[in-house]
Amino acid sequence: MIRAISSIAFFVVLLLSWEAASRSGLYSPVLLPSPLNVLEYLWQSALDGTLWSATLVTMQRLLAGYGIGLLFGIPLGLLTARSRIMQDTLGLLALGIQTLPSVCWVPLALLWFGQTEAAMLFVVVMGTLWSVLIATSDGVRAMPPIYLRAARTMGSTGLHTWFNVILPASLPYLVGGMKQGWAFAWRSLMAAEIFVTILTGFGLGQLLQYGRELLAMDQVVAVMTIIIVIGLLADRILFSPWERFFHRRWGTGSVK
Amino acid sequence: MSLESELANARAERIEIIGVTKSFTTDRGTVVALDNVSLKVAEGEFLCLVGPSGCGKSTLLNIIAGLDEPTSGRALAAGQPIQGPGRDRMVMFQEHALFPWLDVTGNVMFGLRLKTGLSNKERREVAEYYLQLVGLEKFGRANIHELSGGMKQRVALARALAPNPSVLLMDEPFAALDALTREQLYGDIQRIWEARRKTIIFVTHNVREAACLGDRVLLFSPNPGRIQAEFHISLPRPRDINSVELARHSTEITAALKGFTSTAGRQASE
Repeated sequence: MIRAISSIAFFVVLLLSWEAASRSGLYSPVLLPSPLNVLEYLWQSALDGTLWSATLVTMQRLLAGYGIGLLFGIPLGLLTARSRIMQDTLGLLALGIQTLPSVCWVPLALLWFGQTEAAMLFVVVMGTLWSVLIATSDGVRAMPPIYLRAARTMGSTGLHTWFNVILPASLPYLVGGMKQGWAFAWRSLMAAEIFVTILTGFGLGQLLQYGRELLAMDQVVAVMTIIIVIGLLADRILFSPWERFFHRRWGTGSVK
Repeated sequence: MSLESELANARAERIEIIGVTKSFTTDRGTVVALDNVSLKVAEGEFLCLVGPSGCGKSTLLNIIAGLDEPTSGRALAAGQPIQGPGRDRMVMFQEHALFPWLDVTGNVMFGLRLKTGLSNKERREVAEYYLQLVGLEKFGRANIHELSGGMKQRVALARALAPNPSVLLMDEPFAALDALTREQLYGDIQRIWEARRKTIIFVTHNVREAACLGDRVLLFSPNPGRIQAEFHISLPRPRDINSVELARHSTEITAALKGFTSTAGRQASE
């Protein structure tokens, strides 16, 4: 309860100072819109449907790219951890590519795929895949080898060991990697949407960029707010339950 | 398969080690962990293997468990060559090696789930039986990290007993526990051994512990690992680790242990 009150108080103070700053007349309203203007834009765009359709388009792109990233990242990560050759080849490549900010994929994607959905998908997959791969591989390699020995004495072999020992043992790392992958997917998609203007779908990134072109700062700030809210919701809905489970079962990590 | 037949004791088998040598190749050369070791373990016997670290006692246990293969020589369980791990020979490790993603019952049931011919209800009942045997029947839903060190080892014991092995291999299972908890577990393990009549091979570097638990104590010497001496402990059970008779036995073993460690020391200093 006290935690909820302190959170609410903090955000109220933040909004009030923002409102005060915009009313002070020190900054041009073009550069610093009042929170009320932002709220008004949100309300209007929610009513005319712009906001919903942009969010929907963005979420579809995000989930498709993120899904593909997980689909390849997790199995490749498992393989990389258990095979020395994979570790010295694919593992090294992943480690290198992971250091590349995902926005760096945009020029390449534009040249390869043009102004298409494929370009956008490619950037998101590249943003997700490598960090998920590395987190999975790290998780498996951090597993105490005694688990495997104990499992073997109880008659666990092959696929049973993969699904009942290796995978659950590395689950906290795996979910950590999925969380990081999600953040990276968001970042890459926003970069892609800002640079790739296509007619097949108008996403939040494009709405943001459009706001800049129109000098509509209320729109820019409103879209940023939406992106933050979606990020927070995803964290609470997708990842927090896992983290609570790990805290309860493993006794590690922190509770939210 | 009914619950009764699942809980009925499997006939304890005997282990036979014939001229087993095990050497490891490291960067600094070849280490002979076991040098031509032979021994027999009778059905239902409680055998303790004692010796300083590096004497190959854990290596021998791993070979019997099927987790390691001898470089030469033969290892037999019930007259059959040991080819990999089997639920007839369960292992209890020094680190509890419990799975943190499962609760206590889940851990005890891990091996049972791999055993065919049992319904899930029967598996659960078997797990409950063994949790009761180790005195943890109230902790079935507990998470591993919530347990004390001694309780973790009790769960590990229940997990090792659950598939109803005929041989229980224990690799310094109490080494990381405090003295008081250890003494309780000495009582428990003797009680469980009497109740379930398993063949137990117990590895330790604690001479008193070996004298307290074993029918027979084999003393190993290191570099290369060999059996140095054999002691029969014929004290009545349950034995108290602090009893005077037990101390006499452990003094005898310690004297033999000092004998060859000081010889080794002299050789090294020459």
